[in-house]
Amino acid sequence: MAVLVYASNAEGKLKKSAFEAVTYGKKAASILGCDVHAIVLGAADDAGKLGEFGASKVFQLNDANLSNFDSQTHANVVAQVADKIGATLVVCAHDSFGKSLVGRLAVRLNAGTVSGANSLPSMDNGFSVTKNVFSGKAVATYHVSSEKRVVSVMGNTFPPEAVGSAVQPESIDVTIPANRVRVKEVKTVKGTVPLPEAELVVSAGRGVKDPGNWGIIQELADTLAATTACSRPVADMGWRPHHEHVGQTGVAIRPNLYIAIGISGAIQHLAGVNQSKTIVVINKDPEAPFFKAADYGIVGDLFDVVPKLTAAIKKHQSS
Amino acid sequence: MKLLVCVSKTPDTTTKISFTENDTNFNTQGVQFIMNPYDEWYALVRALELKEKLGSGTVTIINVGPADNDTVIRKGLAIGADDAVRIDANPTSSHFVAKQIAEYAKAQSYDIVFLGKETIDYNGAEVGSVMAEMLDAPFISFATHLEVNGNTATINREVEGGTEVLEVDTPFLISAAKGMAEQRIPNMRGIMMAKRKPLNVVPAVDSSDLVSVTKYELPSGKTDCKYVDPENMEELVSLLHNEAKVI
Repeated sequence: MAVLVYASNAEGKLKKSAFEAVTYGKKAASILGCDVHAIVLGAADDAGKLGEFGASKVFQLNDANLSNFDSQTHANVVAQVADKIGATLVVCAHDSFGKSLVGRLAVRLNAGTVSGANSLPSMDNGFSVTKNVFSGKAVATYHVSSEKRVVSVMGNTFPPEAVGSAVQPESIDVTIPANRVRVKEVKTVKGTVPLPEAELVVSAGRGVKDPGNWGIIQELADTLAATTACSRPVADMGWRPHHEHVGQTGVAIRPNLYIAIGISGAIQHLAGVNQSKTIVVINKDPEAPFFKAADYGIVGDLFDVVPKLTAAIKKHQSS
Repeated sequence: MKLLVCVSKTPDTTTKISFTENDTNFNTQGVQFIMNPYDEWYALVRALELKEKLGSGTVTIINVGPADNDTVIRKGLAIGADDAVRIDANPTSSHFVAKQIAEYAKAQSYDIVFLGKETIDYNGAEVGSVMAEMLDAPFISFATHLEVNGNTATINREVEGGTEVLEVDTPFLISAAKGMAEQRIPNMRGIMMAKRKPLNVVPAVDSSDLVSVTKYELPSGKTDCKYVDPENMEELVSLLHNEAKVI
């Protein structure tokens, strides 16, 4: 019996979510009373580092068919490794790769699945984990009755915890099928932390009134080294790119700090952000529903408040 | 081209969530149901645009659910789908839904199967991935752009921190995210025509569930909001640093 962790990688490095997944895998393995192994498909020169977070073995396979993510090829190989090591639990991050692997692994391993888990397994009554449902408006406990299970872990939920030392990645004998999806190009947005991984997020809504006013929002975000986000109307009006839209029909995020500026806090928006650890709301309307979900509230005109906040942060940083 | 669009019925985005039967069931009392926005706005509309561009082909929508899902299905027909299939069963899990659609699709040889990137109720994003494995087909998830040239499609797929540009040959599955298309509102003619378009009801195949929800709860709410004087942003910074410990 073992826990197998699929570690996501991109551009020759493990992703942050890989360390979160292996930390989850290690904790789950303690509950199940077994070891945790990790599998890295394609280039990642830091693969051995997974040992520091609890993986007793790290398997790494380099093959032209694995160097880009094709869910079909990756699931095929991960399932073979899971069978070889007798894994009863396969863990991956609930990121763009993990999300497309879970279902395929379920079919290959005849496993029950929980996508986007936010708790460790409870073994009180068989195997159960919780996850957010209704886009963050509720939490459900899922019971998995199969002998094998596949769980993808919600981002920013299990911070990486170093518990051991690095291991030397080793190979494992599997059959690697040919890719059917061809990657022509990867366009990366440089310089900012992607929204789903961001720990600090500065977000603005219709209150900014005009896309020309985005400068003060950007300056606050730059000062904090935060990622920018926006509400749905702002994305729909084309003031900001769609991938910045957070909420029920956009991206769901759970950063450590979410600063909402000029966003009233409609139920659809709250659903996507209410898992944030700390929420600051800046709005001139004291009746804005967002204040009910906030930890800290500032009732004031954003055009006055935001530059003052930026200045105060700069002062704090230099002290 | 034969295009299939999988649509799900979900509670409206404004729904306040509550539970019944000792928190083991979602309370549907008074809930307005809609077509899952990702399915309707992006998957269905892109499929229709492709058909219009090619000047030939069919767009079929498929749903797994009871007879009262027909209202949602008819809306898809009003937006422009040619016909619809409803697999007559209560959708108990993503695996169950995927199995039903995969079984139906197997016999029909669709060129492209579309889904929304996830449903806004259970947020698993699993159905496409399960179906793709059952159908032994490529699956491109979170697509924001799709062009088809002959049997080859070029697709942009969103990943953390960027976009991948991919190429794949038909048949394949694709899940659509924001950016793929613009929402279409059905017009009166569409609504009238939808009433006469075929909606075939198909019996379900056997499928057993390996997961079940044993309990629902509402997320623990925030304690009272602490208000800070807008003239005193130093205090807010101090609270974020010393109390919340986030900066």
